[in-house]
Amino acid sequence: MLDTFVLLSANADAGFLASLNQRLNLGDIIVTVVFFTILMVLLKKFAWGPLMGVMDQRAQLIATEIEQAEASRQESAKLLEEQRALLKEARESAQSIVENAKKQGDTQREELIMAARAEANRMKESATLEIATEKEKAVAAVREEFVSLSILAASKVLGKEISEEDNRALIEETIVKAGEGR
Amino acid sequence: MNHENPQFILFGIGFNPSNILMLFVTCLIVFLIAVASTRRLQMKPTGMQNFMEWVMDFVKGIIKNNMDWKTGGRFHVLGITLIMFVFVANMIGLPFAIVWDDQLWWKSPTADPVITLTLAATVVALTHYYGVKQLGMGKYLKTYFQPIPFLAPLKIIEEFANTLTLGLRLYGNIFAGEILIGLLATLGASSIFGLAGAVIPALAWLGFSVFIGAIQAFIFVMLTMVYMAHKVSTDH
Repeated sequence: MLDTFVLLSANADAGFLASLNQRLNLGDIIVTVVFFTILMVLLKKFAWGPLMGVMDQRAQLIATEIEQAEASRQESAKLLEEQRALLKEARESAQSIVENAKKQGDTQREELIMAARAEANRMKESATLEIATEKEKAVAAVREEFVSLSILAASKVLGKEISEEDNRALIEETIVKAGEGR
Repeated sequence: MNHENPQFILFGIGFNPSNILMLFVTCLIVFLIAVASTRRLQMKPTGMQNFMEWVMDFVKGIIKNNMDWKTGGRFHVLGITLIMFVFVANMIGLPFAIVWDDQLWWKSPTADPVITLTLAATVVALTHYYGVKQLGMGKYLKTYFQPIPFLAPLKIIEEFANTLTLGLRLYGNIFAGEILIGLLATLGASSIFGLAGAVIPALAWLGFSVFIGAIQAFIFVMLTMVYMAHKVSTDH
């Protein structure tokens, strides 16, 4: 040990490496570091780099897929809600249409009935009126006929022509009296 | 068992060609596995890609256990490379060892303390680098005097102790495993009775060595991230 140090200090410039070689594989150290560094660089370039890239890509792909799935899930939920609302609206509008139709039908029926009733009343009244008029007419005609006959009969009976106007007035008076007396 | 290591000197620096060979083979295997499993990358992974993604997630889990991912993400590549490298290095010496002219050529590179300590020192140096980068020099130096200033010497010793334990733990486990496999192999090769006696312990120990190799790779990366977290996170 001491010899070596003496030796080292004696010819430090020339014999240093030579004496170091007897105790230390300096070359192996250099080779190890160099080989390992080269291996790491090569692997990073040819193996780990691409592999990490693919793994990152996959992670991204999965993330986007999940996002898309979430988005489409929300989309479909929204659509479902929309459809449900539309269906409800359609149902309500159908119901209101039916109700309106029913109401309209009812109103129309009422109107028709009213119109029919009014028409019937009108017809009945006019019929009554007509009947009354006809009756009046008939009564008047009968009365006239009766007066003529009476005059004829009286003139026959009296044998005397009297003025028809006087007689008529007389007879009508009589008839009216007779009518009152009845 | 005490084989010599081959040695040559280039530019005045000593090299161990066996170590260089084994490091190269390890790097080659790791590279081939990694590239083969990431050739046809798909969104829906199959086969080897699944395995590699599992490794990535595993290392990610280790990092996330120690620090938040925003800080730790940059150590992901280091962690994956380290765990693959150490695991393959641990495994590579298990099937056989090749001795040529009494020199050991084929072995686990992690069964050499120089290599494991180099890895450990690299890792610790990286923790210091990222500590300074993340906190700034002033805050980084201040961590040595927290929580109590007079513990500063211990904290400095701790850094060296960390390096030593990190490297020597790996070395010791793998080296011991290989020694025992070598002894059992020698016993098995000695005679027919030796073979009969050695088969079952050898199989058991091989299985155990695979287990230890995996565990040590995990521990190495785990501790790397623990030391890294100590240096880069502010809430310690």
